Amino acid sequence: MKKRGMPPLAKRWLTPALLVAGLALSILLPQLGVLNLYLQQVIIYVGINIILTISLNLVNGYMGEFSVGHAGFMAIGAYVSSLLTVLLFPKVWGPFVFPLVLVLGGLAAALAGLLVALPSFKTRGDYLAIVTLAFNMIIKSVLENIDAIGGPRGFMGMSKLTNVASVYIWVLITIVVLRNFVFSNFGRGVLSVREDEVAAELVSVNTRQTKILAFVISSFFAGVAGGLFAHVLQFINPKSFTILKSTDVLVMVYLGGVGSITGSILGASIYTVLLELLRPLGVWRWVVGPLMLVVLMITRPRGIFGLRESRWLSPPEEVEADAAATG
Amino acid sequence: MQQVLNALQLGSVYALIALGYTMVYGILRMINFAHGDIFMVSTYVGFFAASFLLGRSLHLPNAVVFVLTLLVAMAGTSLLAVFIERVAYKPLRNAPRISAVITALGVGLVLENLTLATIGPEPRILPQVIPRINLSLGGVSVSAIQIVILAISAVVMFVLDTIVRKTMTGTAMRAISFDKSVVPLMGVPIDRIISITFALGSSMAAVGGILYGIAYMIDPYMGIRIGWWAFISAVVGGIGNIRGAMVGGYILGFVEIFVAAFLPSTYRDLIVFALLLVLLVFKPTGILGVPVVQQKV
Repeated sequence: MKKRGMPPLAKRWLTPALLVAGLALSILLPQLGVLNLYLQQVIIYVGINIILTISLNLVNGYMGEFSVGHAGFMAIGAYVSSLLTVLLFPKVWGPFVFPLVLVLGGLAAALAGLLVALPSFKTRGDYLAIVTLAFNMIIKSVLENIDAIGGPRGFMGMSKLTNVASVYIWVLITIVVLRNFVFSNFGRGVLSVREDEVAAELVSVNTRQTKILAFVISSFFAGVAGGLFAHVLQFINPKSFTILKSTDVLVMVYLGGVGSITGSILGASIYTVLLELLRPLGVWRWVVGPLMLVVLMITRPRGIFGLRESRWLSPPEEVEADAAATG
Repeated sequence: MQQVLNALQLGSVYALIALGYTMVYGILRMINFAHGDIFMVSTYVGFFAASFLLGRSLHLPNAVVFVLTLLVAMAGTSLLAVFIERVAYKPLRNAPRISAVITALGVGLVLENLTLATIGPEPRILPQVIPRINLSLGGVSVSAIQIVILAISAVVMFVLDTIVRKTMTGTAMRAISFDKSVVPLMGVPIDRIISITFALGSSMAAVGGILYGIAYMIDPYMGIRIGWWAFISAVVGGIGNIRGAMVGGYILGFVEIFVAAFLPSTYRDLIVFALLLVLLVFKPTGILGVPVVQQKV
């Protein structure tokens, strides 16, 4: 087989080197004032949306289920992490405990995910959509009714702990974890559930356990994204986590392409940046955006990168198999 | 007793919209998320039709204006729904089911924001064609609007039920929902039946829309709000089942009104959705739904 241009040593170090360079840039550029606050904000939103999109893609794309309540898990992560940084830890500790706080927020969301998953995977198909929808509404309603955390007025007092570098790191963690999960044994199980659940069961995939695990992982990252979101906006209220937010994430998943991490990165970036660029249109941007989605769906029902993966994210043996197949 | 009446009034609207969800789901196995916004558009069609008819100083009696408004709204909404089906859903009939659902979400957002951009976000009131009078029946005050709403929705639902059960078209609809691959081979024009289904379902939404419009304020966001509730009605009743949708609509109407009567209104969503979850855990296919058999072994 023909080797692609580069010597093996350089190839092995290329990806880590690029990643470290990216981290350095994400720390340096805001420090040097190259990026103004608005651009930083947009980049942070792109990052948060990438995390949300990849995690939802695990359930909706790889597993072929239809979850529509992602914003509910995001809300749990956002509130739990905000409560921790504001009420539990002294303010000066902020930057040091922030990763821990995000993980705790994610774990809380994962626990909620487990509670949702246990009853709802008894049946397949549209009922998960209804259960997650109900869950999203219930979370919003509960948050509105607890006066101690602000009720409908929302909750504030977080310091601005999220910056470009921390979002960058979390995006990387999400990509690495979910990529490795998808290409692991468990991940293959997830794919087999999507293709044919009965057949998967017959080849001894524990479908119930697989589905629950995938759902819990997805919820965890939604919670982390919620924590990051809360600490960049420094203000959260239940209205930020309605079914509309969930719809946004759905749109990004299907725009980028189902069952593809590359697609999710693209989808989240394109959608977020596009909505920013269309800002001068005012209300009309909410017409143009969905209209483009409809046109895209009709012409390319699987999204931009549907069911494909860029070479960079695929495991080496699959890249070689592809190369061999196409000659 | 007064609350029962209010619940019936609201429940009729939910039931009428839920019919559209359930009919489309029954045939295409697709959740038509644009349906709530089609309902919203229908109230605006009604709003402009009624304003136009009253503004021309034609001196039509109010009852005529009301019936004409209803018919215009039904026709306009049906055309819109059939157009959406032909342009947006038909190309996706053999695509993964989820793509069609996402397209429906997108179409709904387009409709909502187009209305928002062209007509504006402020709430409006339909011209008063039904006199705001109250009758007193044994201590309960019944408004003329409530009588109209209950009567019209009962008639319309009965007609729809008859169409689906007794006519050839209805038989074809039920056949397609039973098996989509064999039925076209028997000479059933599947495209036409699907269009008819969309037209019928959206005319039901239009009836619901006009009845809603004469009782409450209308605004571009109500498509989502009312649409989700109607969708849940369809699920509670057993999605795909026409009588189930009617039952579900009234159940949701009762729950909503009675929760609001005894608890702060912020608890409404919480209770409704908690009830929904409990129902789904014990009866995943809804009250009148049939269990789905896993096909393709």
